[in-house]
Amino acid sequence: MSAAAPWTVESVRAALLAKKISARELATEFYGRIERRNPELNAYLTFSPERAYAQADRIDLSVARGENLPPLAGVPMAIKDVISTRGVRTTCASKILENYVPAYDATAVERLERAGAVLLGKTNCDEFAMGGSNENSAYGPVHNPVALDRVPGGSSGGSAAAVAAGLAVAALGTDTGGSIRQPASFCGVPGLMPTYGRVSRYGLVAFASSLDKIGPLAENVADAAAIMSVIAGHDENDSTSAAIAVPDYASETRRPVQGLRIGVPEDYFAEGIDAEVKEKVESGIELLERLGCKRIPLHMPHTDFATAVYYVLATAEASSNLARYDGVRYGLRVPGATLTEMYRNTRENGFGAEVKRRIMLGTYVLSSGYYDAYYLRAQSVRTLVARDFAGAFKKADVIVTPTAPTAAFGLGEKIADPLQMYLADIYTVTGSLAGVPGISVPCGKNRTGLPIGMQIFGPHFAEGRVLQVARAFEEAGGFGL
Amino acid sequence: MKISREEVLRIAELAHLGLSPEEVDMYCGQLDGILGYIDKLKQIDISNVEPMAQVLHAGAGSDVKDAHPELRDDTLLPCDIADAVLAAAPDAEKPFFRVPKVITR
Repeated sequence: MSAAAPWTVESVRAALLAKKISARELATEFYGRIERRNPELNAYLTFSPERAYAQADRIDLSVARGENLPPLAGVPMAIKDVISTRGVRTTCASKILENYVPAYDATAVERLERAGAVLLGKTNCDEFAMGGSNENSAYGPVHNPVALDRVPGGSSGGSAAAVAAGLAVAALGTDTGGSIRQPASFCGVPGLMPTYGRVSRYGLVAFASSLDKIGPLAENVADAAAIMSVIAGHDENDSTSAAIAVPDYASETRRPVQGLRIGVPEDYFAEGIDAEVKEKVESGIELLERLGCKRIPLHMPHTDFATAVYYVLATAEASSNLARYDGVRYGLRVPGATLTEMYRNTRENGFGAEVKRRIMLGTYVLSSGYYDAYYLRAQSVRTLVARDFAGAFKKADVIVTPTAPTAAFGLGEKIADPLQMYLADIYTVTGSLAGVPGISVPCGKNRTGLPIGMQIFGPHFAEGRVLQVARAFEEAGGFGL
Repeated sequence: MKISREEVLRIAELAHLGLSPEEVDMYCGQLDGILGYIDKLKQIDISNVEPMAQVLHAGAGSDVKDAHPELRDDTLLPCDIADAVLAAAPDAEKPFFRVPKVITR
């Protein structure tokens, strides 16, 4: 087994069956890598070796008995710290949950473990998933493994960095406005945001309930598909989870792409995009054309308004969802003479600046006198953004855009101006609002070696098609363009 | 100015955030900038456009036959979590969460 070749779901399985390595040895190998590299990356916040090794031993026993192995047997994975893990500290990268240990697993976690995955630990992220750089963590920023002075992206920066640095074979992240796709782009790995409702949100600490999704980051597209097959599907515990059958992603992913119509919206290639990003993504689209896809020019007129819509709706929902952190039932409590003082002290001390900013913005747009002008108006524009996508998918099978306007920026570069940070989301929030699935795939690097990402959107519940195009792109060498 | 200091204080009170005076000034400036950006939404004609509260219920591609898949029958299901939940609380005295007095005579 080549030391340089990264482990994949398939190669782990093959090695276990051939008895070249045990699940326990593999977990130990990964913990060794983590010990060496995590200090400089800060990708992980909490480790779960007891749980990981217990699972690994179960897998090894199955191997010894010649039993059929579940689909993700022995695969070392990391879980973003906004996703609940029973018995394993879950902080949401906030001080307000510094010592919170959930009494239950998120459905996605439960499904991964039932499928044999070895859960190594919890990854760092922006606090309560609010951010685009992983600089908003109460536990220090994550450093991009490709260049340590650069951000990994956010909010799933820890998950993206862990996968990119080989500190996990794959990871779960979450995406509300771009938080899987953008860090995937900045770190040079594939990352998929599923359709809203495709994966249960039970156990995902809520940020924006109409926008949050759990999804995979992996080293290759087939692994992302394998994880989706495990975590997708209706869940009684999540009333917003879709009662729609989960297709066979593995076989859908392997379909040929000849004849597929690639919608290219001019609105994503206008002002603000870095020239090298534009160049690489253009090359990516040309590669898809050489594979037999047909380019369809599109105009999606509300693209430019999506960021404003997002920062009204997501913050409004967040202000409601984060009202529960009041020191009463769990998490940090800072005492006060009265109940109200206790609330104020707890939240003042427990929340970071970005979280407070978003809570205030959300409270403002929902408040009496402003509700119609901001919140209701934004909801109507959301309908228009969704219609842009519905209209586009009448003419095209997938939509291809850059994932982010730039490659990874420097740590500290955008932290002073929140609006500048928000504007880095412009290409991802559109699909978030429409609830469509979208993947970011690596699409070459810029001249200083920083990864660039290409985004592929599909219609609702067409993850298979999105993965199919991504896989064809990968196999044709697109990642290394 | 899109937002005044008084409004920031009002919002902070609504959101139960005990901000310091420096924070009030900082957020005032930042929120002002953000609200200025959000104002671009005013350019759009939204007459006859339904507000979208929920993606799936907008009928955007879902082929779910059940009109209300989010509902279930009102039947009792076991829920045995009280002890675990109270164990994680800052100050619990089963079956209560203890907090500062609300009603004073």
